Amino acid sequence: MANKRIDEPTGTEYVGHEWDGIEELNTPLPRWWLWTFYATVVWAIGYVIAYPALPMISKATEGLLGWSSRGQLAEEISLADQARLSVNERIAVTDIEKLSADPELLQSALGGGAAAFKVNCVQCHGSGAAGNQELGYPNLNDDDWIWGGDLTAIEYTVTHGIRQPDADERQGAMPAFEGMFDRDQLASLVQHVQSLSGRADPDPIGAQAYADNCAICHGPVGEGDRTLGAPRLNDAIWLRGGSADAIRAQILNPKMGAMPGWKDRLDPVTIKMLTVYVHSLGGGEDFVELPEEEPAAEVDEQP
Amino acid sequence: MSNPDAPGPGPGGKPGDGRDWSVVVEDGIAKTNAPVSSAVASPGAATRRHEPHEPPRTHLPEKLYEKRKQVHNKRIDGPFRRFKWLVMLVTLGIYYLTPWIRWDRGPYAPDQAVLVDLANRRFFMFGIEIWPHEFYFVAGLLIMAGIGLFLVTSAVGRAWCGYACPQTVWTDLYQHIDRLIDGDRNARARLDKAPWGPAKIARRGFKWLIYLLIAFATGGAWILYFADAPTLFRDFFTLQADPIAYATVAILTATTFTLGGFMREQVCIYMCPWPRIQTAMMDEHSLMVTYKDWRGEPRGSVKKAQKNPGRYGDCIDCTECVQVCPTGIDIREGPQIGCITCALCIDACDRVMKDIGRPRGLIDYATLEDCEREAAGGHARPAWKALLRPRTLVYLGVWSAIGLALLFALGTRTRLDLTVSPDRNPPFMLLSDGSVRNSYTLKLRNMTQTPRTMELAIEGLEGGRIWTDTIPLTEAARRHTLEVPADETRTVRAYVAAPAGTRQQDFAFTLTTSDRQPEADRSETRFDAPED
Ligand code: SF4
Ligand code: SF4
Repeated sequence: MANKRIDEPTGTEYVGHEWDGIEELNTPLPRWWLWTFYATVVWAIGYVIAYPALPMISKATEGLLGWSSRGQLAEEISLADQARLSVNERIAVTDIEKLSADPELLQSALGGGAAAFKVNCVQCHGSGAAGNQELGYPNLNDDDWIWGGDLTAIEYTVTHGIRQPDADERQGAMPAFEGMFDRDQLASLVQHVQSLSGRADPDPIGAQAYADNCAICHGPVGEGDRTLGAPRLNDAIWLRGGSADAIRAQILNPKMGAMPGWKDRLDPVTIKMLTVYVHSLGGGEDFVELPEEEPAAEVDEQP
Repeated sequence: MSNPDAPGPGPGGKPGDGRDWSVVVEDGIAKTNAPVSSAVASPGAATRRHEPHEPPRTHLPEKLYEKRKQVHNKRIDGPFRRFKWLVMLVTLGIYYLTPWIRWDRGPYAPDQAVLVDLANRRFFMFGIEIWPHEFYFVAGLLIMAGIGLFLVTSAVGRAWCGYACPQTVWTDLYQHIDRLIDGDRNARARLDKAPWGPAKIARRGFKWLIYLLIAFATGGAWILYFADAPTLFRDFFTLQADPIAYATVAILTATTFTLGGFMREQVCIYMCPWPRIQTAMMDEHSLMVTYKDWRGEPRGSVKKAQKNPGRYGDCIDCTECVQVCPTGIDIREGPQIGCITCALCIDACDRVMKDIGRPRGLIDYATLEDCEREAAGGHARPAWKALLRPRTLVYLGVWSAIGLALLFALGTRTRLDLTVSPDRNPPFMLLSDGSVRNSYTLKLRNMTQTPRTMELAIEGLEGGRIWTDTIPLTEAARRHTLEVPADETRTVRAYVAAPAGTRQQDFAFTLTTSDRQPEADRSETRFDAPED
């Protein structure tokens, strides 16, 4: 190393790198840097021993601490479950109508209900609970309820289902009127049904046919009957469409939807939370008002 | 030291590090060459060339790594030192006392004047309360701090480093502890070299205990900014505080203990990025601590100078300036990264100059420009001229503009806020009477410390009515009054229905208060309706 050059003022050797006339000197590194480096090496070795680190053929080395990200997740989940347990217990013992009195419980119930809805209900009712008119899945956001829209009625529907092999299910059937009416009668009847909600002019022949055949379930002015699950006909909401074709098809050969009862698949707390969530979507009815409106319905519904 | 008469470099000494100078002085020989780095090449530099007979230095660093040499800086008094004491007193005072200042915020918020409430995501500072969505205030303050640093650096160099930087303040504090317990420079150096015996162990143990106490107080005060100070203080010592509090204190205690007690100038020289950046902020008009070599060189002891009048400069090579330096450098080697511009060497040299009857300012705050002028025989301009020049004025302008903008924003910001997010799934639906309903999630923010009554209304949307999750459909109307608790965001699900046949259109929610301090907010949104 013959041609080493020395920086005169500091007496330090040049490294030989130069940028725009600025040259790098070979200044020794402070020794604590070296110790810091050794410390990181020691740390790394310790880490490799303590934690899963070295990839082997099918899995990595386990590490002495037995830690794994999967295990940590399981632990966190069980902690969260435990934390939820007490809330769930409180929800279980609180009457469904009283849940809204406790904002914290209500919040948990709404959250749990939304989650349960996403798993169990969206397949038919849609992720926004808007239903599907083509297939006859009711919109749960609106204020029209076939079987009742207060908390108790919704909970009952969710628990037992509709048209299910269940002793307590919601049962209701519409007869098929295929062959009962001639063409003109049928057209008049369809027109009358439409007139109930102001979609068409009243028709006397249709009115007569309606009174004879339909009023028994759907009511004289089409107000529906929740005990039978007979939909209201004098409103703007149509489960299977309000066009003349749709109504005609429904009279001749009615389609009737079914909904599973969830009592065997979901625990009562989840059903409670689902109910609160569905009720909160915007059309939920007040529980107190219902007995005044339809006292008979309540009695009949829950024998 | 590069003493040409010496057989070789001192033990482990790198030429030019100047850390063993007291020895040199005791010998009465003063043969320093005062090499000045090329950064201050000035006409005076010529006087510092090596004598021709001096053999070229051939010392090469034999080691890749260098052991740290303890800096034992000597006690000094003087105007700059007193200013440094003052800055230390003020900064530490602010740091330790601020969390204890109380501020009445009523029952709805903590009564602490300065508080970073992480749990509730609030920042309280005296009369100002900052919410997460107002974080631009904090960002603005950080930008101001940055530009303020540019301003100070371009004007007076590393004054931040020399006086206000926490590393400097705590190092200074620790060095003072050294002085109190071990004695001044020479006593400390002697104790350092002394073999370990019971006396030394006891003394060192006691000193490190005090280091530790200071470090603990440092970390301890930090956490008080994040919770109600008196409560946390009690909880901390009754072992009821959050584990995070203990962890924070432990980490800050450990870092203060090592960085302030042992690393000291190593932090400034090797770890801190700021000295690397500062060179871009400084120019030939910036004030910095400078040794005026054209006046000091060649150096000679008082005795020598008396024997050969006119041959020597003002520097008597007493190395006082080196001995007082907290980072252990020799300012006479020219501007260097280790200098934090604390000006203690100015205090030291001024006193020497006074003693030998020479004018003060052999080491002084000076600009490079002035140095050149002075070296050429001119006069230095007054220091304040270095402060007022386009560069500093531009920084000052930008800094003040941001400050004024923040003040303006602070003065005009509202303490209520409305955000509206419409439900998109489904976008709308029909109600049984044929009207169209949309739903929205509203966030009503009350940022005051009293509960407020607010009026929520809709603007536009003919025939529209609103109700909410707490107001039943039967009471739907165009406006409602709602209570929003103090210091809270209330989330409300709002339903808006418009008569059958309403078309898709834009409308707005408005939120107004009519209390003591009338405020309003408005949020445009959309009403969706069937196409046909
Ligand atoms: S204190 Fe002043 S006189 Fe003494 S060595 Fe430093 S510069 Fe020279
Ligand atoms: S050289 Fe002077 S100004 Fe720089 S750090 Fe040392 S004492 Fe302070």
